[in-house]
Amino acid sequence: MLTWIERLGREGLNFFERLGRANMFLLQLLIGMPGLLLRLRLLILQTYSVGVLSLLIIVVSGMFVGMVLGLQGYNTLVDFGAEESLGVAVALSLVRELGPVVSALLFAGRAGSALTAEIGLMKATEQLSGMEMMAVDPVRRVVVPRFVAGCLSMPLLAAMFSAIGVFGGYFVGVGLLGVDSGAFWSQMQAKVDLYEDILNGVIKSIVFGVVVTWIAVFEGYDAVPTAEGVSRATTRTVVHSALAVLGLDFVLTALMFGD
Amino acid sequence: MVNQENDTGRDRLVEVRGLKFFRGSQPIFQGVDLDIERGKVTAILGPSGTGKTTLLRLIGGQLKPSAGTVHVDGQNVARLNHGDLYELRKKMGMLFQTGALLTDLSVFENVAFPLREHTALPESMIRDLVLMKLHAVGLRGARDLMPAQLSGGMARRVALARAIALDPVMIMYDEPFTGQDPISMGVLVQLIRLLNDALGLTSIIVSHDVAETATIADYIYIVSGGLVVGAGTPEQMAQSESRWVQQFMRGMPDGPVPFHYPAPDYLEDLLVEA
Repeated sequence: MLTWIERLGREGLNFFERLGRANMFLLQLLIGMPGLLLRLRLLILQTYSVGVLSLLIIVVSGMFVGMVLGLQGYNTLVDFGAEESLGVAVALSLVRELGPVVSALLFAGRAGSALTAEIGLMKATEQLSGMEMMAVDPVRRVVVPRFVAGCLSMPLLAAMFSAIGVFGGYFVGVGLLGVDSGAFWSQMQAKVDLYEDILNGVIKSIVFGVVVTWIAVFEGYDAVPTAEGVSRATTRTVVHSALAVLGLDFVLTALMFGD
Repeated sequence: MVNQENDTGRDRLVEVRGLKFFRGSQPIFQGVDLDIERGKVTAILGPSGTGKTTLLRLIGGQLKPSAGTVHVDGQNVARLNHGDLYELRKKMGMLFQTGALLTDLSVFENVAFPLREHTALPESMIRDLVLMKLHAVGLRGARDLMPAQLSGGMARRVALARAIALDPVMIMYDEPFTGQDPISMGVLVQLIRLLNDALGLTSIIVSHDVAETATIADYIYIVSGGLVVGAGTPEQMAQSESRWVQQFMRGMPDGPVPFHYPAPDYLEDLLVEA
């Protein structure tokens, strides 16, 4: 019993110690950010590998999610004769929830895990240590560009996801199931509010982007520098990101829409 | 800095005094004193796992001593702030065991890396400098290869070219000979001595390859169990009376360093009921 409590205590301490390190690391990242202006080339390079290369999975998933929404929405709405509201249903679900959340989950799997593995392996092969000895701060040279690239890419990817999703819903609803095209768009236009819906969705995706990228780069930088350590860190990135995104989504939704 | 000439007239670049270092609760160093003379090749020998790499990290300021001091070029490394430490590191090159080349950059870009980071030289000048450094290690023709395409020996030579890119005062070699075939080994041994003398460097070699290191070192320290157990020129070490030094220099399997890791009595251990 006592050992059990002891273990609980130790786990707790470990958890808070790591949380503290993660926050100190975030502070380091923020301090290192202005220096990035001198290294725009690095930022562009990283935005390409983090953002542009994630585009395919985001676009394809957005398409399918939109199509499923179109189908499900139509089946529900048609019972009430309200199938013309399909556009609103699809757009609101995407912009408020599915766009930010699903693309953040995909982003964590596609880009977050890659960031962790890359930084972790650089640590394991002494590349980070080597930079330090060459008087180059690895946090500024390696981590900051990746962090900023992730934070910039995520909202753009989420927007892309939602936009493609709407077209997916349109394709199924209007193209296949015969909803009126004019009604689809005009209802959407009338009911989706720029601030209430779109802006709140964008805020969500910004928060998710920062959190997921932060977790990913921290896990990589903090990884135990062995093959096993890096593989564990990569797993932790995906798991923690997913939990953080879903948990934060509830909190943010409650704050934004829960009055 | 003020050159620290002592009574023997030796000019020290690195001074380690009463160095203690703990990893967790495990002692790595328990009071080490070392002097690295300017312009010389100093070897720090010792069995694997005695914290030789840790010593280099302490000199480079990547780790802080638990007690004692490390002075490099007159400055106490552990007391420097971030900016001064990075300034000091520009004067140090370090060759990692693995080479630590940046895997996403070509050989040319790896050698150019410190120049691009720390200088504002025009591209043509960087190109000339990089080619000169690569030529010095015999790899001017390999400039377009990626690190993954290099053999272990070549990777270490590229890392060496990178380490001398900023014309440092001192280079630290972490196990430069480990896992090299005889030819690359010969090349590296020669390069270390040649570069040291041609560029007026100070070299520290950390190694457990006694024979190779002894051929080029001016002075040898033997470290074991967290203490310096022997020091002297290679000739002095070869004739040392100390049983410990004898065992290490000749590579005898048993002696003061036992063949067996500490374990309970063999017979008792075997007869324990599973």
